[in-house]
Amino acid sequence: MTTTGTRRSALSNWRFWFAHNSGVLTAAALFVAMFTLYISNHSAGLTPAVATTAANKAVLLALVAMAQTLPVLTRGLDLSVGMVFVMANCIASVIVVGTVGEGLLGILAVLAIGALAGFINGAIVVWGRLQPIITTLATGAVYYGISLFVRPGPGGDVQSDIADFLTGQLFDTVPAALVVLLFVVLVVWIPYRRSVLGRAAYAVGSNEQAAYMSGVPVQRAKLLAYTLAGLLASVAGLMLTFNTYSGEASAPIAGSYTLNSIAAVVIGGTSLFGGWGSAIGSIFGAFVLRTIEDLLFVFDLPPLWQPLFQGVVLLIAVSLGALRILRVRNRLELFS
Amino acid sequence: MHDRKPYLELKQISKRYGGVAALTGVDFSVYPGEIQAVLGENGAGKSTLIKIASGVTDPTEGEVLVEGKPVRFRSPTEAMRAGVVCVFQELSLLPEMTVADNLSIIDPPKWLGLIDAKGQRERARALLKRVGCEDVHPLELVRDLPLSRRQMVEIAKALGRNPRILILDEATSALTADDVERVYGIIRDLKASGVGILYVSHRMREIEALADTATVFRNGRKIETFTKGARSVDAIIEMMIGREVTHQYPEKPDPSTDKPVALAAANLAWGREIQDISFNLRKGEIVGLGGLDGQGQRELLLALFGVLRGVSGTVAVDGKPLLLDGPRRAMHAPLPMALIPEDRKTEGLMLPMSVRDNMTLAALPHLAGRFGVDRDKENAAVQSMVDRLRVKTPDMLAPVSALSGGNQQKVVLAKWLMTEPGIILLNDPTRGIDVGTKQEIYRLMRELANQGAAILFYSTDYAELIGCCDRVLVIYGGRIRRELAGETLNERSLLQSALNVDATEQAA
Repeated sequence: MTTTGTRRSALSNWRFWFAHNSGVLTAAALFVAMFTLYISNHSAGLTPAVATTAANKAVLLALVAMAQTLPVLTRGLDLSVGMVFVMANCIASVIVVGTVGEGLLGILAVLAIGALAGFINGAIVVWGRLQPIITTLATGAVYYGISLFVRPGPGGDVQSDIADFLTGQLFDTVPAALVVLLFVVLVVWIPYRRSVLGRAAYAVGSNEQAAYMSGVPVQRAKLLAYTLAGLLASVAGLMLTFNTYSGEASAPIAGSYTLNSIAAVVIGGTSLFGGWGSAIGSIFGAFVLRTIEDLLFVFDLPPLWQPLFQGVVLLIAVSLGALRILRVRNRLELFS
Repeated sequence: MHDRKPYLELKQISKRYGGVAALTGVDFSVYPGEIQAVLGENGAGKSTLIKIASGVTDPTEGEVLVEGKPVRFRSPTEAMRAGVVCVFQELSLLPEMTVADNLSIIDPPKWLGLIDAKGQRERARALLKRVGCEDVHPLELVRDLPLSRRQMVEIAKALGRNPRILILDEATSALTADDVERVYGIIRDLKASGVGILYVSHRMREIEALADTATVFRNGRKIETFTKGARSVDAIIEMMIGREVTHQYPEKPDPSTDKPVALAAANLAWGREIQDISFNLRKGEIVGLGGLDGQGQRELLLALFGVLRGVSGTVAVDGKPLLLDGPRRAMHAPLPMALIPEDRKTEGLMLPMSVRDNMTLAALPHLAGRFGVDRDKENAAVQSMVDRLRVKTPDMLAPVSALSGGNQQKVVLAKWLMTEPGIILLNDPTRGIDVGTKQEIYRLMRELANQGAAILFYSTDYAELIGCCDRVLVIYGGRIRRELAGETLNERSLLQSALNVDATEQAA
């Protein structure tokens, strides 16, 4: 009797788990399908080299998309993630040099600068009470300005031992970039998701007033979300430096990463209205966007088609999220 | 009578919002192990009292004491830490999160510093069991629960915070009869364990069943605290009404029933909020919607204007059936309809836009010339409205946000009068505006009615309903409870039927 009861409740726990994670699972399934299609049409098949190339590209957007997820969960937005990403790249190309020890110190400095940039965003949003969009649009421009100042033209260098290690393969099979991503998930995302402040971020995004009334630390939750967003964007910036061995203050890269990060967040099942979603979903969302590019390549389609396909995938993802409108009883709710 | 000291004490508390006094010099205390009912009309100051006690707002003057020591709650969190927990009428649950998350939102069980999901689930299960909601799974999302279950979860959440003082603000309004009994049981258990309970309800029967003492508020002042049974229901109602400042109302015409029907509603129903409502609205008539706040009056107006989806029943305008599929259809009915919304800031006005643009927004088709809007015609129409309603504005191009509340409301009225409506639905149009403007609005309503408009007027101010309306339909729980007109239209019968304790029911 007790066992059946326990089993039933364990079963229903699974049922709820599926319901809560349907967005992530859908994005993951979409990615697996697309990646399988890509590999099966690739002349070399799934070799460590092919996987590593794909991973090195995809992990950059995955990290920036994770960064974007955090403010979005609080019903905010961070338009500066791409600029923090580029700023970290430029700064890393100056200070992550020398011996391995000096390189590691440089990495820590870059991470601290990224977190500081995010903290400034959060402080302006929380204490300045400005809208996240306009705040991060402005700070993003500042961060890009700093990038140009640090690196007026493309160039620089990076500690090559660290770079080769983190963009190569572990045990000659597993792409190291994927391990870095997994490490970030385990050390940053999972503890955050299960901390009181992380859950407070969801509460704020779900209903800020109710959260305040319930005694949720609203301001600290937002500050932490933006700070971690800056930190994660700078991790991505470091990985970019390790891939290119140089820094470049590129406005197109900054802009496209910002916009693609929002797309990846949406494809990953996170609601732009806040309170719902997961950074894991955003990772798969980023992978999906990157695989579109690879698919065009193996099917010999012109790369010019890429924006069109990305747009179609994004539209489909957004439409799935809009299904709730069919249930609305009061037409005024459509506008809220 | 009380041998113990009060747990929570408010001393000489006043609260002003802008120039309006919500509470004036209130002394109030709650003792451990007592159930105290708080009574009063809409706007008597009950919600302000609760907000101050639970740390949502600060008092303008006065002192809050917990166990004799002065405290200053800067947030609901601080009040909760001091043992004052409130079950809010507007639910404080987070819709996109699970029941378990909601129940342990601020201090979840932890393991190695992180939230212990399993422990949290078990805690949720225990709390749900305590309120008799074993059918709710801890991992269900709050947004997927029906309203009555959400209210029970809200109560469970408050219990989980180990209150010393529990404030229940209309906490049973959406509950089923079984749940209400269960909540009574919980309240009595809490009382037995020494928790003080502050119970705000409009239902006299609940108060008779539960309360030890009751306190009546009126116009932001405490009138009296008395023990149960010391005052009759009639005496309590008398206290709640008191003597009010009487407004000058325009004269009513002689009642006559031979005027043609402008709008006929039959068997309207929508969810819990509207249940089987039928009535006629005649040309030249002002019909009031009375009753306590939130009994379905607002929904009824929205339903007639086509805003709600899935309304059953029929509505005929000037004898022709009206399809309820949106404001545009209602505005182009045989007798054009207009709805003056309740919240002028979000539903009635575009604040940054000019007085002129706001006024003519709904009436642009009337003002169209050969090429777009005829500016001369528009300016003339706006000027005549500004004069007619005496809108105090520096210029018709000034942004509406620069106007006072009363004048903003006049702009909303003007916007809909521009469309020359035959049926006007008013949703509490005088809330929060000054007396002078109120009187101008009353005068305008009567003027429009005399010109043949049919007016349906919802107000939370009973004096206003009595002063302005030819008839009043009293709504209770989504149904028309009673129709009052002529002699029977007075404050006493209005309040009695609003509280559902009127003579007809007592006789039955």
